Amino acid sequence: MSNAATSLTLDPARSAPPLSKARRWLRRYGLPAFGVLVIVSWVLVAALAPLLAPYAPAAVDVTARLHPPSAQHWLGTDALGRDIFTRLMFGARISLLTGAVVVLVSAVLGTLLGAIAAYARGRFEELIMRVTDLVLCFPPIILAMAIAAALGIGTFNTIVAMLVVWWPKFARLARSLVLVQRSQEYVEAAVVLGLSPARIVLRHIVPNAVGPLIVLVTLDVGNAIITFAGLSFLGLGVVPPTPEWGSMVSEGRELIEQWWVATFPGLAILSVVLGFNFLGDGIRDWLDPRSRRR
Amino acid sequence: MAHYLVSRLAMAAIMALLSTLVIFLLANTVPGDPVLSQLGDLAASNKEFVAEWRAKWGLDLPLWQRYLIFLERLAHGDLGISIASQRPVLRDIADFAPATIELASIAFLLSIAIGVPLGVLAAVRRDSWIDHVARLISLLGVSAPTFWLAFIVLALFYGGLQIAPGTGRIDTIALPPPSTTGLYLIDSALAGDWQLFRDALAHLILPSTVLAAATLGLITRTTRASMLDSLQQDFVRVARAKGLKERRIVVGHVLPNALIPVVTLGGLAYANLLTGAVMTETIFSWPGLGRYTFRSAVALDFPAIMGITLVVAVTYLFINLLVDISYALLDPRVVR
Repeated sequence: MSNAATSLTLDPARSAPPLSKARRWLRRYGLPAFGVLVIVSWVLVAALAPLLAPYAPAAVDVTARLHPPSAQHWLGTDALGRDIFTRLMFGARISLLTGAVVVLVSAVLGTLLGAIAAYARGRFEELIMRVTDLVLCFPPIILAMAIAAALGIGTFNTIVAMLVVWWPKFARLARSLVLVQRSQEYVEAAVVLGLSPARIVLRHIVPNAVGPLIVLVTLDVGNAIITFAGLSFLGLGVVPPTPEWGSMVSEGRELIEQWWVATFPGLAILSVVLGFNFLGDGIRDWLDPRSRRR
Repeated sequence: MAHYLVSRLAMAAIMALLSTLVIFLLANTVPGDPVLSQLGDLAASNKEFVAEWRAKWGLDLPLWQRYLIFLERLAHGDLGISIASQRPVLRDIADFAPATIELASIAFLLSIAIGVPLGVLAAVRRDSWIDHVARLISLLGVSAPTFWLAFIVLALFYGGLQIAPGTGRIDTIALPPPSTTGLYLIDSALAGDWQLFRDALAHLILPSTVLAAATLGLITRTTRASMLDSLQQDFVRVARAKGLKERRIVVGHVLPNALIPVVTLGGLAYANLLTGAVMTETIFSWPGLGRYTFRSAVALDFPAIMGITLVVAVTYLFINLLVDISYALLDPRVVR
């Protein structure tokens, strides 16, 4: 143990072994590049699903119920004889869309509220921060579940429920970032120049504080996709015939013999989420070299 | 310190009160009219009957008065009646809680017992194979949906390899131990029934491992990052210069400092375990709060959903309060 630990600090040559250029590139950008590849592939699949899919997503075939993977049905069929490969491709649409919408809308909303709170200080800040505290005192998926149940089942309502629990983390992060920026001299200069507060926040402070926000956004898309799939798994996401990964796993959850029904949609979720995690880690390393390889 | 404690306690109390308001408003802004869903069509068309019914349940009162009544009932431990089970929600929760507490405790212990040493080793032997393995485990733990992981593990070890017992807390033909705590491990040990103890333990292995996965990933990641930070500190250099053994430096000096941020994970870990329990228990037919939550959600059993949300929120607040206090004890600087 002692050798490894001391060499870590004492022997700089060890941390930079002579690697070929390609291997160095792979080491540094391999995982983020792989993440991008996975995400782009899924986006393409989602966009081109009607062209690529071998069957119609809702085509029921009672003669082909629960068939294992074969040449006709690459990933098998479910309890209604629907082609799982096809439904997987269409399912990418909902997952990617909800993930992106939830994170982007709550990022914009949360950042604005957090930035305004930090800039305005006083009562408004107090109000916003107490509301974020209140939302954050519920475990996210439980609160989202209660809201989704209250609003009624449906993709749109579930997205609304997720938005309600999603924005506070962005508000908190944005507020702390803006508070740091606020005390910088360039802000004082802008104030002296007589720029409007809105302009100072939007044109000067936010662009300077945006790095950590981008990292959180990227890492969070995967999180949002898992959460939406989880709500769908609980029957609170999409309305049944719609192909969605979480509800597909739910449909196959008791079919242990017919393992393919639940396994493949879960693998799809795993791959997308891993993709966003790889990309997010890469962006963080790139924006903040100090945190590299943590 | 006393001042800090009092202000934290007051804050938690205010938040608990506010969270009851949130739940109340959620339960009362349901788009569907409760009259229609509770009464039949025939009864709902009778105006007199509807008015009487509304008066009986206090639905004719203004919202703030209804909130006060809601609070009063809450003070008496009345969370309403579950539509699905027709029993008081609090009774249901009390009945289902022990199974979840047992499962979650084992999962929590597992994730700490594996996550902390793994994170420490990964940091100390940075870029070695163990670091890569730790990275892979934590990434998979965070990225794999719990409900899917539960299915895979069950299908593989029970369905495929047949080396693990199936769903439930004990064998289907076995009788549960006499109930003292509701925790089967403890109850069976108290009764001296070691065969049942082994059975209960075997049934815990798969679900608790699945439940531990997400938390394990989080703890490994945080421990590693925090260890790396601490290893760079000046006091480590001083300890090395003094000629202390590396093992003593790591275990005696670096680790205690590095574990402080891990403690703050407590609240997050709890939230993970809870949502994880909903998914894990559903797949493993584990008769706990998680499966109760799943069933209530699927049946849109409103009183049950709101009751669970409230209980969970208050517990969550309490855990975070404990985390804050222990954090202040570990690192006096936060109190200032």
